[in-house]
Parts: sequence; structure tokens; C-alpha cells
Amino acid sequence: MVHTTMEGSLFEPTLYIVKGMCILDNDGNRILAKYYDKDIMPTAKEQKAFEKNLFNKTHRANAEIIMLEGLTCVYKSNVDLFFYVMGSSHENELILQSVLNTLYESVSILLRRNVERRVLLDNLDAVMLAFDEICDGGVILDTDPTSIVGRAALRTEDVPLGEQTVAQVLQSAKEQLKWSLLK
Amino acid sequence: MSFKRDKKEEEDSGGNPYQNLDKTIILQEARYFNQSPVNPRKCSLILTKILYLLNQGEQKFTTQEATEAFFATTKLFQSKDVMLRRMVYLCIKELSTLAQDVIIVTSSLTKDMTGKEDLYRAAAIRALCSITDSTMLQAIERYMKQAIVDKNSAVSSAALVSALHLSSTAPDLVRRWANEAQEAISSENAMVSYHALGVVAGSRRNDKLSTVKLVTRLARAPLKSPYALCLLIRLAAQLVEDDDSDAAQPYIEFIECCLRHKSEMVIYEAAHAIVNLRKTARDLAPAVSVLQLFCGSSKASLRLAGARTLARLTAKHPTAVAACAVDLENLISDPNRSVATLAVTTLLATGAESSVDRLMKQISSFVSEISDEFKIVVVRAIRRLCTKFPRKHQSLAAFLAGMLRDEGGLEYKAAIADAIIALVEENAEAKETGLAHLCEFIEDCEHTALAVRILHLLGREGPKSRQPSRYIRFIYNRVILESGPVRAAAVSAVAQFGAQRPELLPNISVLLARCQLDEEDEVRDRAIYYSAILDTGDQQLINDYIVNVPKPNPVLLEKALRDHLATTPDDPFNLLSVPAEEEAKESKEPIVEIEIRKPVQMSIEEIYGEQLAKIPGIERLGALFKTNLPIDLTEAETEYRVRLIKHIYARHVIFQFECVNTLSDQLLEHVCVKLEVPGEYEVKTVVPCEKLVYDKPGSVFLVVEYPCVFLDSLATFGATLEFLVRDCDPTTGIPDPGEGYSDSYPLEEFEMTCADQIRARAGSDDWEQTWERVANAPEASETFVLSQNDVNEAAKAVCEHLGLPKAAIVGDAVKEIRGGGIFRGGAPVLVRARLAAAGNAVTMKLVSRSPREDIAQLLLAAIE
Repeated sequence: MVHTTMEGSLFEPTLYIVKGMCILDNDGNRILAKYYDKDIMPTAKEQKAFEKNLFNKTHRANAEIIMLEGLTCVYKSNVDLFFYVMGSSHENELILQSVLNTLYESVSILLRRNVERRVLLDNLDAVMLAFDEICDGGVILDTDPTSIVGRAALRTEDVPLGEQTVAQVLQSAKEQLKWSLLK
Repeated sequence: MSFKRDKKEEEDSGGNPYQNLDKTIILQEARYFNQSPVNPRKCSLILTKILYLLNQGEQKFTTQEATEAFFATTKLFQSKDVMLRRMVYLCIKELSTLAQDVIIVTSSLTKDMTGKEDLYRAAAIRALCSITDSTMLQAIERYMKQAIVDKNSAVSSAALVSALHLSSTAPDLVRRWANEAQEAISSENAMVSYHALGVVAGSRRNDKLSTVKLVTRLARAPLKSPYALCLLIRLAAQLVEDDDSDAAQPYIEFIECCLRHKSEMVIYEAAHAIVNLRKTARDLAPAVSVLQLFCGSSKASLRLAGARTLARLTAKHPTAVAACAVDLENLISDPNRSVATLAVTTLLATGAESSVDRLMKQISSFVSEISDEFKIVVVRAIRRLCTKFPRKHQSLAAFLAGMLRDEGGLEYKAAIADAIIALVEENAEAKETGLAHLCEFIEDCEHTALAVRILHLLGREGPKSRQPSRYIRFIYNRVILESGPVRAAAVSAVAQFGAQRPELLPNISVLLARCQLDEEDEVRDRAIYYSAILDTGDQQLINDYIVNVPKPNPVLLEKALRDHLATTPDDPFNLLSVPAEEEAKESKEPIVEIEIRKPVQMSIEEIYGEQLAKIPGIERLGALFKTNLPIDLTEAETEYRVRLIKHIYARHVIFQFECVNTLSDQLLEHVCVKLEVPGEYEVKTVVPCEKLVYDKPGSVFLVVEYPCVFLDSLATFGATLEFLVRDCDPTTGIPDPGEGYSDSYPLEEFEMTCADQIRARAGSDDWEQTWERVANAPEASETFVLSQNDVNEAAKAVCEHLGLPKAAIVGDAVKEIRGGGIFRGGAPVLVRARLAAAGNAVTMKLVSRSPREDIAQLLLAAIE
């Protein structure tokens, strides 16, 4: 990766914009986190300490954006989940905001609008794929939630009924009922 | 057993099925992958568990475990399930950095990337490029080129982003894909066009001309993708910054045009670029009004973007920002504390004295809620206020003291202490209150480093105050209560009072005597040292060894001591041979800035020390006396760039010619410098640079002996660069076969000046005494008529010639330059100059005193 330190205060012409993304639960524990810059928080220990600090500073005030430890962090929460996107403090905040929106919206579609910890954990594989489709090594790969979900939620519904657990069948029946009521 | 586990997990409060995963159990589960056929769902769950564990980072995989998991995963290529295949790619990427022999999956991935299934292709490309190395790359190059221009946008993006990642390890290879990337810039898909622009711009990073072409072409027919536009604005802004002539006008117009784009992201990008580029307030107006609008937005990130950029503008254009006062006022109670802090600090920086109290009250209402970074921003703002409105010092100091009492990390506390220290130093009226606040703070300070600093300050400022005795109690309390380093610092501080206030000396002697019983060596040593010196009652001795002690640069001191032990351990060590610590340069910081990381400051001697160590026989020259700042010996933008760095030793000088070859199609060999040496100088050793490749600096060193007579050392040198040119392939750097030809390149002349050979500093407070003390030393004086017609200009020019800092200039009506220094070889010298305007010229009487008369003479000769 190429890191040139920018002397002036202009933004650096680079595609490596995202320094990290993470999803924390309502105790500040990591559910998923990716850091893309080898120079920023290289070890899991530093990352988790940062996440603790970040969570403490953000879980009460829903203020969308915070500058912390030299990073600009945009965030959004729902029920018991906190979504964060981090970038350099010398970065266009609105680009980071658009990445956060993409992340949140993609997860939301994946979880059929049930953005909750339990549901997310049940679909962790798809959420991991969505992470991978949104950002590749710090470069924003895609910002269109529908196309991301199209490439991440590949679980076809043709799994024979016999292979689904009873709970899954019930869950999907509930979902269908709910959606039909909402229409 | 497994049933029990499941049950336990279910009962777990949040019901996280991944909570109690164990590495060894999962690795066992992964053996299931070897079966045939496999259940995709089951496999996917196991892979998710592996990925979850890797992501949590708490249970580290050993290389063997990672390799085992990796190979098990590769078995899953047998399954046709799309979701499973995607999880396999993800696992491959995550494990590739941990496991061995990962290239084994190259063929499977290549098959997927060239296959028919679109859902595989994009992800397979990215996985493949993360495991491949430059040798394998050539095999897939053809496919990559095709993929870049693929109809499927995901495939194209994947190929472009992978190319970007690879360009750091295999730039030449990726440069060959530039044509395809060029084509992709005009893609209909926003992300493809963005990624393509990134790849093309990256490959031209060092080629300004083609960047100009690229930006010019794209600025005319703007891109649709907002992300690509942001990148283009950044490229254009950089071109404007490099070259601010009329040629840059089209770029500025393009950026201004982007202010009217429909995407906020692009508008902000353009406004930010303009704010950081334009010089006059009128040029700024459109950008400022956009930022003003942002401040009123309902989105916090927009408000922050607006407030932050305006805050940054306060340094250059306070009036432009003052016009936004109303918008900023609305933000001081913003629920987002970062926004509120920025608004308040910006208003403080631009506002009038009358509004200070109101704003300070506003800050104190939320200061406890904001992060340390922002508290530091507030502290810095207050520190600047102290300078701007000295009359407000009382309320400002009280506010800082209040912050000092709150909780906070070292960096935050240090910032506050800095602010108070600055206040004490700048404002004589605030001195007593400031010191009192600091005294109170060290009573309960958990940071050793900070306590030591404050004690040092008390030792320096306390004796000069009206009631010095009141500080002694605070300082002595430290001796009783604190850890070793703090006690030692307290002893030094107490000794300062004894040295400067004779009426306190009896009491101080008692205190120092008590400290001689301390259990810590350092504390005892210091107490004994100070007692011994104070007991002599010799004012000169006390002054030289307690009050005005030269502070050598610690890094260089260590190095000099090591060298001394290695070469001449029996001789006494001369402390004067070590360069003194440079005055900390006040870094120019923007008025309001959030960044807190600062680069490590290294002195120039430290930077070059390592390079010099390679010269054979360097140790015989003794300790390095001084390294001068580099000077350019070539024009900017020439074929070869050469900078000269002069390293001064007692009787020698090392000329370091730092050369950069800016021609990518040439390789230079046996690079050497031919020096035209003035009469008395003698070249001792030449260390040529064997090979100078494109864009990598290399140095030629020449060790030259000084003339025996100091006065002869002022001279002019001529230099020519001589080398052997071999043409080479610009991309690989491999030279063409054949002999090459020799060539030379003239360099500009350069001088050995007085400033080069002296380590000078401005005269200190007790200048008069210092000057009088050496009244019987040899003296040289002369009256000059200077060509400048302004006294200030003339004084500055004289300082420059003598190597004195600007701080050496004192006096208003009659300018006086007071300074001193140490000449190479260790002889001290003092210099005093009085300047007065006489008609169209300036006359100056320069007097210099030194134990060595020839050095005193040399200082006069330097002016002629």
C-alpha cells in the first residue's frame, strides 16, 4: 500500500479512504471489524482498546460523527447494534458518511429491516460478504446497497424444506406474514 | 458433549452462537470438508466460525493451524453452492497472510475468474490477486487486461482495485494495463470510472506532464461519478498548488464549477480545495457561502465538515470567517460536541475581547463531555487568547487551572501546563498567578514528566519573582512526597533559588544538606553537587554551573561519549564539542486543528549521522561539531539535482553532495565530484557514489582539511559532477549492454562562511556581565558602512553572516546585536554590534572578543 504523508492541508488524491469499519453490540463488544491500514492499530489489542474508547464516547449521544485518536469516525446505531466507519482526519467526511450509509442500508436489506444483534448473528456470513463487497483493502468497492446485497445474499430459497430447521421455517413464515401485512 | 455445549450457548444472555468458540474444536470441525459430497450450509457455518475467530483476533492461529485450515478450505471447490464458494474466497483472503503455500489455489481461482458464473468472477479476481506474487502475475496478465474492460461492472471494478493494490509491489506490470484502465474511466458505471481514474492517476504519480494532460482532458468533460469527481478535484488542486501561475486557471475554474454540483460530497470537496488554495478573501467568497450553508444542515457530518473547514480558515482569513459568526453562534449549543467545540474555538479566535467571557462560560458548560482531542483544541484556543488579549489573563488562567483540576490524560494535562507556562513567559503580570496555579497542580500530579517540567520552570522563574520564598515550600514538599525523578528535579529547582537569591542561601543550604541523605543516588548526587558549588560562594562558578548551564543535545551527547570511549578513553572529554540543544522551534500550527500526532523532531546532525558513519576513517576526525542545512547546487527541475550538506569538524569539513538522478532512462555509475579547492585547503578522502539509479538519492562524500590559519578558511569552492552514463530501460531499470560514456555536469559555486563554522546563540539576560567578564580577552573591532538603507534589514543581514539567530537583535532606536558562540575547535567568542542609520546607509561598529584573537578577526572578516 502506498502511504504518502500529506504536508499541506489539501486532501490526498488516493483511493485508500476507509481506514476501518466495524459493528459493535450494545456492550461495545466487537461483532465484526476490519482495519485497512497497517500503520493504524496493527494489533487486535490496540483495535479493541480503540473500539472501547469509541463506544464509550458514542453510545449515549447519537451525534453521527466524532473525531477520535486522529481518525474521523461516522456512526449510526439501531436497537442493539452500532455501525462505525473510520477514515483519516484529513478526509472528506461526507465520503465516509456515504460508506456508512451503504453499510447500514446493505445490512438492513440483508436482515429484512430487522437490524438487531440476534438476526445479524444468524446471518453473519452474508454480513461478512457485504463487508467484503463494500470495501476492499481500504478502497471503496461499491456504494449501491442493492447491488451489494445482490452479491452477498446468495442464500437461495431452494434449500429443501427438510434441510431447514423448524425454527428457520417458522422464522421465514413469520417474515412472510409480516411483509404481507405491511404491504 | 456437543449437545451440552449447544444448550449452554442457548442459555447465554445474548444468545451469541459464536461466543464460546474454541480454535481446536473448529479446526476439527473443518475436517468435515474432506467428505464428499458436503452439505453447503454446514460448511458455510464452519467457515463463518473460522472467520469470526480470525476477526476477533483473540485466539491466534499458528502457521501450521492456518495452513491446515487453508488446505481443508480448498477442498470445498468441489461444491457448486454459490454462497459457499464466496465464503471460501473470503477465507482464502483472510488465511493467505497466515498460511503457507497459498499459491496452490491459483489454478482453481483462475478457472473461476475466467468462467461463466458472473457471481464468481469478480470475487475470484480479488481473492487471486491477494494471494499472488509478481512472478505468478505474468501468467494471469492477459485475463486481468480483459477483466478491466469487462462488461460486468463488478468484474471490472474488482480487476481495477486489485491492480491498484498490486501497483505497490509490481508497479511496472500494472503500468502496462494503463491503456485498459484509461478506457474504463469513461465507463457508464460510477464505481468503475472512479476506480479506473484511481489506477491511471496512481500510475502517473511521478509524471507531472501526463497528470496535467489527464486532468485537463477530464475537467473539460466532467465525470458522472461523484467519487471520481472528488478524486479529480484533489488531482486538480494538487496541480494548482504546485504551479500557481495562469496556467492553473482552468483547474480553478473547474473546481469552482464543482461547487454547483448536485452531490454534497462533491460540493464539499470543491469548497475544501478552494479554501486551502485561494489567497484572497474575494476568491474565497463562493466557497465560504457553501460552508455557511453546511453549518445550517440537519446532518451532523455536514455541520462538522462546514465548521471544521471554516475553523481552519481562521489562520489565513479571520475576516472571511468573522462574516460567518451568526452561523457559528448557532452551533455553540450543537448536540454534537465536536461541532460545538469547533464553533466556540473559532469564534474565540475571530471574535472581540468583549465576547470572550460569554464564550468561555459556554465552553465550561460542556467541556467535561468532549474527548481529550477536543479539550486540547480548546486549550490551544485559550492559549492563543492569552497572547491576543493579555488583559484577560486572570479569567483565562483561572479557567485553565479549573481544567487542570479535572480528569484527563497526560497529553491533555501537558497541553494545559504548556498554555500556563506560555502565559507565564509572555505576560509579566500573569506570572505570579500562573506560577501559583502550577504550584497547586504539582501538589497532586500523577504524571512524573509533567511535574519535572513544572519544577524546572519554577526553578527558572521563581527566583525572579517578588516573593521567592513562597515557592520553596511547594518545591520542598515534592522532595518529601514524590518519586525519585521528581525529587531530583526538586533539588535542582531549590538550588536555583540558592544561586540567585543570596538572602535565601542559608535556608537552602539546610534543605540541600537534608537531601544528601536521600536513598536515591541521583537525588544525593545532585544535592552534593549543588551544595559544593554554593558553598564556594564564587559568583562566577555559581553562574556557570547552576544558573546558565549549556544544554547539549542528549542524543548527540550520548553518541559523542560512546565515540570518545571507543577512541580516546584516557583523554578528558570536552563537553563543548557536543552541539547544544537547539531552541525548540515554534511550529506553525493552524489556528484550530484537531490533529494531535506530530512528527518526531530530529536535529539535522542526527539525521545524517548514520550516513557519515560509512566513511572510512571518519572516527579520526573527532566529534562532529555541526551540520549545516542543505543548500541546492542545481536549479530546480534539472536532469540531476544536487544538494550540498557541510559537516563541520574541528579541523576538517565533510562535503556531502546528495545527488538525485531524475532521468528514468539513465543509470549513473562512479559518480564523483571534482572540487576546485582554494589555496590552503586540502582534499583528504573522496568517497564516490558507485551507482545512482532513477529517483533514489545517493551521496558523494569529500573529506577536506581546513587551512591551519583560521582566517584563510573563508573561501569559495567550485564543483563539477563527474560520472559514467549508461542507458537503461525506464521501466525495469536494467541497463543496456555496452560500456556507457563518461559525462560531467557543472554545479554552482559555494562558499565556506563564518556562519558555517560557528555554533552561535543570542545573548542571554545577563549579557552585560558576560561581556564585561571577558573585557581583558583579545578584542577586534571595526566600523563598517553597510549597503542596506534600513537598519532592521542590515541587522538581519549581519546576523545571517555571523550565523546568529534573529533573537540576537535588541533595542529600538539604536539596534544592537548581542550574541556569542563557539567556533569549531572549541574556542568561545562573543560579538557585539551597534547599528545606526546615517543618511542613505547604515553604519555599524562591530566588536568581537575571544581568547583567540584570530577568531575575533575572522568574525570581522566575515562581514566584509
